[in-house]
Amino acid sequence: MTHSDTAVIRARALEKHFGETHALRGIDIDVPEGRILAVLGPNGAGKTTAVRILATLTLADGGEATGAGVDVRTHPAEVRARIGLTGQFAALDELLTGRENLDMIGRLYHLPGSTVRRRVGELLARFDLEDAADRPVKTYSGGMRRRLDLAGSLVAEPPILFLDEPTTGLDPRSRLGMWQLISELVAGGTTLLLTTQYLEEADRLADQIAVMDHGQVIARGTADELKARVGGERLVVTIARSDQLDAAARAIASLGGEPQVDAPQRHVSIAVNGGDGILTRAVRALDAAGVAVDDAGVRRPTLDDVFLVLTGQHPDADMQAASSVDVRELDEVPA
Amino acid sequence: MTATTRREPAAAGIGTWLSDAWQMVKRNLIHIRRTPELLLDVTISPIMFVLLFSLVFGGAIDVPRDSYINFLMAGIFVQTIAFAGIYTGVLLANDLKNGMIDRFRSLPMSQSSVLTGRTLTDLLRATLAVAIMWLVGMAVGFRPSGGVLGGVGAVGLMLLFGFALSWIGVAMGALVRTPEALQGIIFAAVFPLTFVSSAFVDTATMPDWLEWFANRQPMTLVIDAVRSLTLDGTGGPAAVPAILWSVGILAVCFPLGIWAFNRRTLQ
Ligand SMILES: Nc1ncnc2c1ncn2[C@@H]1O[C@H](COP(=O)(O)OP(=O)(O)O)[C@@H](O)[C@H]1O
Ligand SMILES: [Mg+2]
Repeated sequence: MTHSDTAVIRARALEKHFGETHALRGIDIDVPEGRILAVLGPNGAGKTTAVRILATLTLADGGEATGAGVDVRTHPAEVRARIGLTGQFAALDELLTGRENLDMIGRLYHLPGSTVRRRVGELLARFDLEDAADRPVKTYSGGMRRRLDLAGSLVAEPPILFLDEPTTGLDPRSRLGMWQLISELVAGGTTLLLTTQYLEEADRLADQIAVMDHGQVIARGTADELKARVGGERLVVTIARSDQLDAAARAIASLGGEPQVDAPQRHVSIAVNGGDGILTRAVRALDAAGVAVDDAGVRRPTLDDVFLVLTGQHPDADMQAASSVDVRELDEVPA
Repeated sequence: MTATTRREPAAAGIGTWLSDAWQMVKRNLIHIRRTPELLLDVTISPIMFVLLFSLVFGGAIDVPRDSYINFLMAGIFVQTIAFAGIYTGVLLANDLKNGMIDRFRSLPMSQSSVLTGRTLTDLLRATLAVAIMWLVGMAVGFRPSGGVLGGVGAVGLMLLFGFALSWIGVAMGALVRTPEALQGIIFAAVFPLTFVSSAFVDTATMPDWLEWFANRQPMTLVIDAVRSLTLDGTGGPAAVPAILWSVGILAVCFPLGIWAFNRRTLQ
């Protein structure tokens, strides 16, 4: 990559085995100073393993990784002084209060007591945790835990931040709040590597995206570059009944082009070549064929399509269901 | 790539090490304050043992001392210390299940202070246990005639032994998969060792082969030294071997515990 010489987070040919599992098969990562890289991939792709190696929690079996130019293998303590990590699962002490958790973390970064108190106060306020600050964490909701966990990695204002699936499992409102917080953070110049299963999240937050699957980076680029690889706009029709998919495909084919059928989603789509009124014609053709339509629209390709093109399959059935609505809202072009 | 050595804390002076260990102790003490049942094994259990053994067996067991309770207390002390020490491993295994260890791993703290903090907290727990047992023992007739120096020496030896055992606990806690499994191992190992010792009976009453073993295993040596210190005010012949055992266990299990912990948490 063009910025590799100034990359603040950098990995080369990282390898990791867990017994028979080849979790990482030689991945390269570069995040230039002040930029955000989203590592996007389904469950089991190797995202957490990569983050753990970069954050000094796990030793790689091969390859090398540096944080701020310092080797994670030989000088882990120096790397740790420069990073903050919010792991996939909350790393909080359940019996300590929110304030006690942050205070302990600050002191373990060896910050002066007065700095710790100031930072902890600021973070509790900014993350909307002041009311709960003196309650044990075991009484917190999922969203509060995530916020406190993120606050924990910010106590020492580290220049490098790793966030492993920061919004997985959050309700939509908490997710929006988390996105807001992350956007503010990086506006402050933090170099950030975040992992996600949500295509929309990568699109919204990151400068660069690395798509991971089975321990490899299978594509990288900006959201727009990745979308360009899948081609132009597509007409996508959602059919009401699965047994009408074939009929729908024939009706759509009559408009010209090779329709693509996504059976689990009951989607039928074709490439659109700038023809006017395509949506109207499609709905008419489907109606004439007696096909019931749930939804239809012309949209730019989404990162989901990128995954489909790159791997021939959906990243993950659960994720698909969870994100398809959001993706359509983001990318649908009004007809 | 071949394994290269990892340089642990870069700028770790004794000051940061102490401060990190103190943070860990503070965290453990907050746990105890919010979950007082964590103290059951060093409060209620030893009281029960003192009362049960002295009242139930007191009249039935012949010992080479003026009263059974005077003989018994050293055994109860060391048994409680031994269980509490190795139980450190269960508490550590619980910590390892919890995501907090990952957080500690990502911080520029002295990594061994997680373990030091754990074992120092357990030293405090053990001290509390000794104090409670001493008082309960006195209430049912324990008369330590070894004087203040003897008492201080006995407590010092017990805590040294307990500290050493808590590093066995650390090593086992890091090596064994689950806290439950470790609890089983402790039960299977520590119980026989306390019973095949001079804790509750005179070892001379055992079959010869068992007596041979009982007289040479560390629990007996520590118990005999504590008994002698509390009752006679001198360490007796067992004191030096008891100290050597404790130091020896520490010398092996301190590095072993740190190694096992690193291996476990870095995989
Ligand atoms: N500690 C571990 N022991 C054994 N297998 C593991 C371990 N951690 C991860 N794996 C395996 O490595 C692969 C990658 O996992 P992970 O990095 O957690 O993926 P992701 O975070 O993308 O879901 C998976 O097949 C997972 O089962
Ligand atoms: Mg993961």
